[in-house]
Amino acid sequence: MVKDKKIIKTIKVNVDLCNGCRACEVICSASHALPKYSSNNPARARIRVIRDPLSDIYVPVFAGEYTPSECAGRDRYIIDGKEYGECAFCRASCPSRDIFKEPDSDLPLKCDMCESDPTLEEPLCVTWCLADALVYEEREEEVEDAPKPEEVDEGLEALANRHGWDKVVDAVNRMAKKG
Amino acid sequence: MRYAETGFNLEVDLTRGNIERVPTDPRLSELHLGGLGTNARIMWDRVGPEVQPFDAENLLIFGTGLLAGTPAPGCNRTIVSSLSPQTGFSAFSMMGGFWGPELKYAGYDKVIIRGKAADLVYLYINDDTVEIRDAKHLRGLGTFETASVLRQELDDPHVQVSAIGLAGENRVFFASIEQGRSSASRSGMGAIMGDKNLKAIVVRGSKDVLVARPEEFLQHCNDCLKYIKHRNENPLRGVMPIMAGLGSPQEMAVHDEQWHTENFMWGNARERRKGFWTPEIQEKWTNTMENMRTRLLSCHNCPMKCGASIAVDTRFCSYMMKCFSKLTYTMGAYSDLEFGLTIAQKATEHGVDAFSAPQTMAFAVELYEAGILTDKDMPDFPPDNDGRFYYLLDKIVQREGIGDVLADGTYWAGKKIGNGAEEYAHNNIKKIEQLPLKLGMLNPIYFLMYCTGEKVNITQIEGNWPQAPFPKKEHREAWCEDWPHVPDDRFKEWFIEWELRGEKSIPNYPDIPATCEIVNWQEKMHYIDDSTGMCAGLSSFPYKPPFNIHNLPGLISSGAGFDLDEEALVHLTKRNRNLVRANNLRRGMTRADERPPEDHWKKRFPELEQKLLDEYYKYKGWNKDGVPTKETLHELALDYVYEDFVERGILKADEGELVGVGTSEGGAS
Repeated sequence: MVKDKKIIKTIKVNVDLCNGCRACEVICSASHALPKYSSNNPARARIRVIRDPLSDIYVPVFAGEYTPSECAGRDRYIIDGKEYGECAFCRASCPSRDIFKEPDSDLPLKCDMCESDPTLEEPLCVTWCLADALVYEEREEEVEDAPKPEEVDEGLEALANRHGWDKVVDAVNRMAKKG
Repeated sequence: MRYAETGFNLEVDLTRGNIERVPTDPRLSELHLGGLGTNARIMWDRVGPEVQPFDAENLLIFGTGLLAGTPAPGCNRTIVSSLSPQTGFSAFSMMGGFWGPELKYAGYDKVIIRGKAADLVYLYINDDTVEIRDAKHLRGLGTFETASVLRQELDDPHVQVSAIGLAGENRVFFASIEQGRSSASRSGMGAIMGDKNLKAIVVRGSKDVLVARPEEFLQHCNDCLKYIKHRNENPLRGVMPIMAGLGSPQEMAVHDEQWHTENFMWGNARERRKGFWTPEIQEKWTNTMENMRTRLLSCHNCPMKCGASIAVDTRFCSYMMKCFSKLTYTMGAYSDLEFGLTIAQKATEHGVDAFSAPQTMAFAVELYEAGILTDKDMPDFPPDNDGRFYYLLDKIVQREGIGDVLADGTYWAGKKIGNGAEEYAHNNIKKIEQLPLKLGMLNPIYFLMYCTGEKVNITQIEGNWPQAPFPKKEHREAWCEDWPHVPDDRFKEWFIEWELRGEKSIPNYPDIPATCEIVNWQEKMHYIDDSTGMCAGLSSFPYKPPFNIHNLPGLISSGAGFDLDEEALVHLTKRNRNLVRANNLRRGMTRADERPPEDHWKKRFPELEQKLLDEYYKYKGWNKDGVPTKETLHELALDYVYEDFVERGILKADEGELVGVGTSEGGAS
C-alpha cells in the first residue's frame, strides 16, 4: 500500500466545557446557506449538540462520512454510571436517524471544516464557541492513499440507496439527454 | 419576503379546539418590531378592559422577539403577555432558553392562545403539524417531569417544552412557565396557562430563519462576539465583581456572596445581617456550590453562562437554575445555601416564581410568629424554618388550607387574612413582591424606575447607568473614556460630576432633568430588547454591554430588512412603551399605583418625589396623572389610543386632560 503524508484537519471536542448553547449549529447552518449567512437552521447544521439536559449530557458531534446501512451493533455505553445508546454519539448520517441529513432532500451532510476561498483560520463553529469546547487541530499523519469518492459519487450513491439504481440511472440518462 | 420573522402566528382556540396559521401584517412589525411590541398591540386590539385574567377571552401570547432565532448572539427571548391575576393589569413575563428560536424554526413568530380546554391538554407543534393533545396523564407532574415524559413519548429528544407544574394547574397567582434552562416567572403567567387547561407547549422546527442583509448582519454578530471575548478577559474595574462582567449577574459562577447576604434583606424582606459572611460560611457555601453545580449553562446561541445544572441527591442534574434564585429561598428562610438549592428543585418542578414564592412563605412565617396565623390555620406546622418552607410550598401549590389564601401572593393574602396582616405585605409594588432591598437615602433615579416600571421588576428597567457613583473623580473620568454606550456626552458629564456625598450627590444630583434622561435611557434599552428578543444580559442590563443604542439600529435593520436609524428606533420604542402603558391605564392603573414600597428607603422626600413624578411624566409626554397626552399619542401614530381614552373618559376630548380614573383594586379573585 502506498503511504502518503497528509494534513488531517479535525475538531477536538471537550464535552466538559460545552455550555449547550448551540451557537455551533447556528453558525454552521448560516455559513453553508446560499447566499452565505442568508439563513440559519440547525436542522441543516453539520454539527449538532446531542443534549440530554437532565442527565447533564452535552456532546457536540460534527458530521462524518455517510453510512449506507444501519449500524448493527447498537452497543450501550456506561459513562459516569449512566447508560447511553451509542447511536446518539455517532458522527455518521445513516438510514436510521434524521441527524446530519438535509431536511428537504434527506441527502447526507458532512462537515467540510469550512473549507473556503480565502481559507479561514479555523472552522466557524470553533470561532463561535467561546466556551472552548471546540478546538481546531491540524496534524500531519501518514495515511494509506486510498482513492476518495468524489462528491458526485457520494451523492448518487445516497440517492441510489434511497430510490434504487434503476431509477437513478433512468433519471441521469433522461436529464443528460435534455441537457 | 419577510426577514428575521416568519410572518406567521399560530392562533389556537382551546374552547373550540381550533388551530389556524395566520399571516401577519408586515406593517405591524415596522411599527412595533416584534416580541413585547406586537404583543402589546394584540392585547390592545383584542383584550378589552372588561376582560378579567381568568376569563376565556383573555389571551396568553407567546411572542418571540423580532430577531430571535437569527444568528444574533443572545437573541432567544420569548415574551409571554397576558392579564396578570396578581395585578389585574396587562403583564409581560420573559424567558430565554431554546423554546423561542425553535418556534421560529417551526415557522411561527407567536403562539396566541384563547379560550379554555375542557380538560388538561398540551399543544404539539412540529413544523406544519400542530395538534391539541390530551394531557390528562401529565396532571400534577412537575415541569421537568412533564418535559421528560413528553420527550420520551414523542421519541424526540430535540423538542423544546414550555410547561406548568402543579402551581400553574392550581392557578397559583405567582405560578411560572418553565422551560428547562429558563422560565417566564413573574406576574403569574403560569396561572393563566393553568386556567386555560394547557399543561405544555411542545415545539420542534426544521425550517430556515432568514436575514435580509447577510454579510452586514454577520459583521454585527462577529463584532459582538469579539467584544464579549474581550470583556470576559478584561472584567470592569471599580464595580462589584458580579457587575464586572456581561450577562445576568453571574450568580452560578461566583462564590463570594458577601454583597447579597449582607446588603439584601433576610426573612420577609426585614433584616440586614451585617457580618454574616464569615470565612466559615464562605467555605461551607463554596463547598455546597461546588458539589451541587455540575455545569454552567447558556441559552440558545449565547456565550454567557448565566445558568447551571444543579444536582440534588445523586443525580447529575435535577434541574437548572439561574441568577438570584440562588439566594431567595435561602435568605427568605434564614437558612443556608444547601437548603436554598434543594428546595428550589421542588419549587421549579411545581413551577413558582422564585421571588414571590419565598417571600410569600416568609410572610406566612412572620404572621405565624406574630400570632396572626395560628396552629388552627396551619395544623402540624413544623418548628424549624426549613421544614416550614417545605410545608408552605406544598400547601401553596396544592391550594390546600392556608395555602389557598397564600397562593394569591402577599397582597391579596394580607387582605384576606386581615387582623393586621396587610401590614406584613410591605414589599410590594402594584401588588407584586419585589427584591428584598431596604436602603437608606432615596435615590431619585431608582425612585422613578420603581414607580413607573411597567414590568414591576427593577431588574427589567435598570441597567446601563452605574447603580452608585464612584468615590474618586479620576475613576469616573476613566470610566467615561470607554463609554460610547451613552446616548450623548451629557451623560458622561453627569456621571463625572456625580459625587458620593455633598452637594452633587443624591437626592439632589443628578438634577431632575438629568434624572429623567437617565431613567428614560435605561428604560428605552429594555424596550428595544424586549421587542427584538435580545437578552438584557448583552444589552440593557450590564454595564458597557456589546449592544447599545448606536449599534442596535444596524443589527435590527440588516436582520429584518428595515431601514431604521437611531432616531427612528427611539421613536418606535417610544410607541411601544406608550402602548404598554395604555393597556394598563385602560385597566385602571393610576398615578396612585406608582410608588415604591413605603419602607424601601429610610430617608424619604415626599415633596421631591412628587416633583420627580410630575417632571418625569412631563418629560415622557404624559399629563400629571401619567396618561399620554393627545399630542404624544398623535406623534406616535397612536391616535386610536387617544380615541379610546376619550371614549372611556380617561382623557377629555382635545384637552388631553384626565377627568376620571377607575379603581385599581381590579385583580382577579
